[in-house]
Amino acid sequence: MELLLASGIGVLTAAGVYLVARAQTFPVIIGLAFLTYAVNVFLFAMGRLTVNAPPIYESGVKVYADPLPQALVLTAIVISFGMTALIVVLALRGFLESGDDGVQANERTKSESGRAS
Amino acid sequence: MSLTDHLIVAPIILPAFVAAFVVLALRENLAAQRIVSFTATAALAALGVYLFALASDGETRPYLLGNWPAPFGIILVLDRLSALMVLLTSVLALVVVAYASGGWDAKGKHFHALFQFQLMGIMGAFLTGDAFNLFVFFEVMLIASYGLMLHGGGPARLKAGFHYVAINLVGSTLFLFAVGLIYATTGTLNMADIARRSAEVAAGDVALLRVGALLLFLVFALKSSLAPLHWWLPTTYGAASAPAVAIFAIMTKVGAYSIIRMNAMVFGGDAGPVAFVAEPWIIPAALVTLVIGALGVLATRRLVDLVAFSVVWSMGSLLIALGLFDVAGLTAALYYAVHSTVAAAVLFLIADMVTRRRGVAGDNLRTAPPIANDALISGLFFVAAIAMAGLPPFSGFIGKLLILDAARASAYGPWIWALVLVTSLVVVVGFARAGSTMFWKAQAVGGGLVAAAPPPEREYDTPRHETAAMRAAVYALLAVAALLVLFAGPVTDALEATARQILDPAGYVAAVFDPAVIPEWSR
Repeated sequence: MELLLASGIGVLTAAGVYLVARAQTFPVIIGLAFLTYAVNVFLFAMGRLTVNAPPIYESGVKVYADPLPQALVLTAIVISFGMTALIVVLALRGFLESGDDGVQANERTKSESGRAS
Repeated sequence: MSLTDHLIVAPIILPAFVAAFVVLALRENLAAQRIVSFTATAALAALGVYLFALASDGETRPYLLGNWPAPFGIILVLDRLSALMVLLTSVLALVVVAYASGGWDAKGKHFHALFQFQLMGIMGAFLTGDAFNLFVFFEVMLIASYGLMLHGGGPARLKAGFHYVAINLVGSTLFLFAVGLIYATTGTLNMADIARRSAEVAAGDVALLRVGALLLFLVFALKSSLAPLHWWLPTTYGAASAPAVAIFAIMTKVGAYSIIRMNAMVFGGDAGPVAFVAEPWIIPAALVTLVIGALGVLATRRLVDLVAFSVVWSMGSLLIALGLFDVAGLTAALYYAVHSTVAAAVLFLIADMVTRRRGVAGDNLRTAPPIANDALISGLFFVAAIAMAGLPPFSGFIGKLLILDAARASAYGPWIWALVLVTSLVVVVGFARAGSTMFWKAQAVGGGLVAAAPPPEREYDTPRHETAAMRAAVYALLAVAALLVLFAGPVTDALEATARQILDPAGYVAAVFDPAVIPEWSR
């Protein structure tokens, strides 16, 4: 299970890093999503891997799952969901207003010369 | 717990409620929004003064949210450092909200709501005593800043905004990795508890904890624009509207604050294997930041970019002092943090006043017909530029003296002296060139008679009229910079006490886990 989880996180992160470095907005967003998935799974693993164990400590229970990483992951999921929604809207607006989906901020020089002329 | 003890949480709750109220009840009424936002921010500044006075007795005051004892619940901690940052933020916010109410807030929707949410995030980041809660408040601050950054709209802002959001999302991911690693190795997220336990981490986990601490430093370095993670700053600041950039002046300091809190205090002298783990990196990187910032000031062709690069440069100076990790260094860093926040904010506001007068030339550094109120505006620019560049008699000069004095004992001493002084000269030249192009050469081309044709009004253009409140805001910030010089003695004394408190993690831990703080029900 350790190998599967670790390699899963690794593959997700590698794909995320590769896609974030692309020059179009869509792959960048997908890359960011991969990175947040990777970190969510990673946070789960930080509470150690347990199977079939109760999440809350009671007297007499020897093996229990750490409940805190689950709370952290829940928070992280909510935040990353909101952020992804925002950046999708931003990319769409940027595409509609400038007509291309490149990530270069060269638009400013264009509008600057437009303003100066 | 008396009522006044609950005021520690008020800087977070007040903006949160005001933001919700503004967006729900005053959605269509800009005049009422302005009144509510300004009044609330004034109350926040009063709170800042009160908390600063409260913390200046040197005690560290934990505040248990929901009355859960540390380390099980999330706590807020008021000490000298957090009180200083809360005060600085609230004063800056009051000035910025006054400036924005002069017309910028009408350029898009929900300026005041976003502004208050931004304040909530910043205040939370300064007050929290929990590493994951710090992440959450960072996100609150950033989400609001995305909205503020895009305030006014336009394709240029959207493109730069996409960069800014994407970079910060990557930063947030790294933050989560770091927090996860710290939790995995120490078993806790409470800052005081991390400080207490990191010296006793199992030998096999030390490497993981070091990675966690360094990743955390990397995230904060990104926020505080430490080279090579500085490139987002000029792009973002160059595209955002003036009041948004002015409040962003505190955001780089949130990064610097977090480095102080986590890398100088929590992972400080008592942290055993992870003590000052960022130390080998921070000063060399900060020296590079200095050089890049100064070169940017010299190379840029727009006034706002010039100011943005001078912010990068000032962050270099600040992080050099911080990287010394001793009392003198931290004192200098804190003084410089206060100074550079004020200087950067006022320069961005003055750049806006210049831009709105120059018509089609905007903030491009080229000659254009003379502007209205030439003497006043150029005088303000002169004073603010001198303060930023660190020439006497303004606050930047004292800040720089403190940094140079603190650096004498460092192994990097000669490098710090040489680069700080040389890059200061370069920054002076950059500002002088910008000022002479915009204000002096203007007479030569315009003959002092022809007023520039106003640019076509666009949705994302600068509002053209300037109110008395906007000028008052600029004067108020300059007055703060002047007070920093006039009261340099008492201010540095207070900051030195702050630095001593930071470098005493044991005192912080003792205050948080003081048996008297544990609520009765859980004893």
